[in-house]
Amino acid sequence: MTFVDYLFLFGGMGLVTYIPRWLPLFYLAHRKMPQWLIDWLSLIPVAILTALLAPILFTDQAARSLEIGKPELLVAIPTLIFALKSKSLGGTVLVGMGLYWLTGFMVS
Amino acid sequence: MTAWPICFGYIPIGLALGVLASQAGIPAWAVTMMSALVFAGSAQFICVAMLAAGASTGSIIFTTFAVNLRHFLMSSSLAVHLSGVRRLFLNFFAYGITDESFAVNMTRFRAGNWGRWQAITVNQLANLAWVVSTTCGALLGQFIPVGAFGTDYALTAMFLALLIFQLHDIIFIFTGLASLCIAVLWYLFIPGDSYIIGASISAATIGYFLKRYREKRR
Repeated sequence: MTFVDYLFLFGGMGLVTYIPRWLPLFYLAHRKMPQWLIDWLSLIPVAILTALLAPILFTDQAARSLEIGKPELLVAIPTLIFALKSKSLGGTVLVGMGLYWLTGFMVS
Repeated sequence: MTAWPICFGYIPIGLALGVLASQAGIPAWAVTMMSALVFAGSAQFICVAMLAAGASTGSIIFTTFAVNLRHFLMSSSLAVHLSGVRRLFLNFFAYGITDESFAVNMTRFRAGNWGRWQAITVNQLANLAWVVSTTCGALLGQFIPVGAFGTDYALTAMFLALLIFQLHDIIFIFTGLASLCIAVLWYLFIPGDSYIIGASISAATIGYFLKRYREKRR
């Protein structure tokens, strides 16, 4: 990819990231949103994160078929417990990476 | 001082992202450009994975939009604490709204002893840590074997942590479980990446009606 290709891609990504961050601040700073919208929006982060994780943890992504018990899922259990106890984002990432790295040695 | 835990949290994630990007053949200057223009950890990981898989520019931008739409809610909540502030300030402030800076700033705003200049300082320091650590990762990437240190799992671990931090009560847990089931089925039967938006909108709607039902029964 050339400089212009990257600029177009990252510029586009930046724009679609910036607009949802900016629009509510710009327009809603003086207005009140309806309660149903606030309640519904508050559930979106959980739903998106689970949707992103689901195929990684429960499917064989090359064959696009169900797979229970892959290393990604097994490592997720202690990683989740660590996140719950520590409340640390950086720490959880390091623990998850370390455990996943170790399972790589056990499998091969 | 408040920004320190965020910066510290960004360093391993940023390094991992930089390493993965460099192994996917993305040059270091492009990684710096991406971090400065986008400044969104999870979307950048997804972008690297999609570029490595040969995805089109359009589908990467659409997925970024879907994944980062959650900031809409965060920005809406922050708006309550920034009412009456000049729009020029808000334009700059919006750029720095991330999951982590939102969590820190919201907690401080609620506690009361927090101002907009302190909040934007947190945002900017976090941004600096992010750009520097992703660039360092990209420069180091060529010296690190593919898959070493579990870098492939960095994104998954970050999602798991962010998910745990979001589970405020039982409704959130049910929403997550609904999203999980819908996403797996959608992913298995419908080709493409529509499962992300499809499962999250359906699950949030189910969660919303569960919440309404629970409130009516009280």
